[in-house]
Amino acid sequence: MAVTTESVAHLATIEKSQGYWRSVWTRFLRDKVAVCAGLVAAGLVLMAIFAPWIAPADPLDGSMIKRLSPIGTEGYPLGADELGRDMLSRLIYGARLSLFMGVVPVLIAFIIGSAIGIAAGYLGGWVNTVTMRVLDVLYAFPSVLLAIAISGALGAGILNGLLSLTVVFIPPIARVAESVTTSVRKLEYIEAALASGASSIRIVRDHVLGNVLGPIFVYATSLISVSMILAAGLSFLGLGVSPPNAEWGLMLNTLRNAIYVQPWLAALPGVMIFLTSISFNMLSDGLRSAMDVKQ
Amino acid sequence: MLSFILRRIIYTVPIMLGVSLVCFALVHISPGDPLVSILPPDASVELQEQMMAIYGFDRSYPEQFLRWLGLALQGDLGNSIATGRPVVTEVFNAVGNTLILAVTATIIGFTLGGLFGFVAGYFRDSWIDKLATAISVVGVSVPHYWLGMVMVIIFSVELRWLPATGAGPGGSSQWVWDWEHMQYLILPAITMSVIPMGIVARTVRALVADILQQEFVSGLRAKGLLDRGVLAHVIKNAAPTALAVMGLQLGYLLGGSILIETVFSWPGTGFLLGQAIFQRDLPLLQGTILVLAMFFVILNLLVDVGQTALDPRLQRG
Repeated sequence: MAVTTESVAHLATIEKSQGYWRSVWTRFLRDKVAVCAGLVAAGLVLMAIFAPWIAPADPLDGSMIKRLSPIGTEGYPLGADELGRDMLSRLIYGARLSLFMGVVPVLIAFIIGSAIGIAAGYLGGWVNTVTMRVLDVLYAFPSVLLAIAISGALGAGILNGLLSLTVVFIPPIARVAESVTTSVRKLEYIEAALASGASSIRIVRDHVLGNVLGPIFVYATSLISVSMILAAGLSFLGLGVSPPNAEWGLMLNTLRNAIYVQPWLAALPGVMIFLTSISFNMLSDGLRSAMDVKQ
Repeated sequence: MLSFILRRIIYTVPIMLGVSLVCFALVHISPGDPLVSILPPDASVELQEQMMAIYGFDRSYPEQFLRWLGLALQGDLGNSIATGRPVVTEVFNAVGNTLILAVTATIIGFTLGGLFGFVAGYFRDSWIDKLATAISVVGVSVPHYWLGMVMVIIFSVELRWLPATGAGPGGSSQWVWDWEHMQYLILPAITMSVIPMGIVARTVRALVADILQQEFVSGLRAKGLLDRGVLAHVIKNAAPTALAVMGLQLGYLLGGSILIETVFSWPGTGFLLGQAIFQRDLPLLQGTILVLAMFFVILNLLVDVGQTALDPRLQRG
């Protein structure tokens, strides 16, 4: 969340040459930490996609006698959960729903928030004022509270969880989109395009989008880490994903009662959430500095 | 200054109205008839209609909102479905406990984060800077509810040094600042302090590095001022922003404490929210969120005014 509006606005004014993306890529590759984070994140995504081939057992198949087997039990390399299901398999399968719940809201909010922010920034005037004041209201809630309020009212469920997280991320993305667009709109070439008689839609499509989507996207990637923590947090509270699905936040919730019996087993799903969140965070940091020509 | 404060307060009024509208809407976006959560499933049609009239559900939404807002302004947020007690009483009993936890966590987080950030910004690109940066990245990326569980595992389950849950003898009502109670505060407060610590460290590091690059610092050095003297100037310049960040973080913690309070069964507003969600006690959910959001809005206002008082340059427009 360290990306300030100013620094993002600055990105928008960067001159672009033909080799822009190539130079971004070169700079990114030089950043060892970001590359490592990127590899970990890619690994997690691959793990989610290929879960059925990687996981040694069925994540829903329990065994009463194997309940809460410790880490290192034969046939259960990471132990078994409170219903005797293989932990390793559940952690691998858990990547599917956990990543889905963490990434999708940011993606939807990126589309809706950008549209709102770019429209408000380009049109300016009272449209801008009204839009931004309405967003200020949602901004007036701490993000955790708003997510919990909406999903608390809607009740548990994957769709309700996605919906509430999307609502949480639209205002910050729209704000960044608005400020970037406002700064681009003041540039001379937009004036020139206007003077040459280009329509608004054409100006936005040909001249504004290319300059603002990059910075907004970088900001959105920095939200994935927050979204992962929040999404798993909702399931941890009994909102969001419901049993018997494998999802890291939910697994943390159901294993919490086993904390005195198998403490370290109970902590395992959190390691996955932490790993995902920190790798996306560092990846986003690397992306931001790679796209910032100033450095 | 006075006109600035006035303008800022006037700006806050529509925000507060909007916030209460969102809270009002919460009950109405929840699936099913709002009465279902209040009445037993076998209630007669007559009773249903009676209750509809009492709660005003038979009127239009704007009418309902104004009625609800009017009652809320008089301090009536309805009754909890689970306990039957007024929501206001429940919330204000819990707010005190949340404040104890959030303020302690903010103080710890701000002190440590400020220290890390300051050292990192002052000795930029040294190993100490890299360490502080790493700590702050971990601080913002760690799922704090999991960190709470790990703390319980280490200090309560394995070492048996500190109690795992609750707020000590007397439960939620009688908090005393003695060891018997404070030992219950240590784990949740430290867990919670990690959230502002990372953010404060990042902000202070950037601030200090930025200030040190400004011309007046070279001017002070050229004048022959020693490092300690320069330091005082840096602190003076960084303080308003750092304090503003601290104020906002306190607000986030008040509203975002639900997960940590759930892990530690700390009897605050977050724990109350958790119960409201679990029992689908919508009036309690709505009331708690309204109070917490209002706290946040007012805190934002205070931070803005305080920051401007400390740094008059911000008074613009």
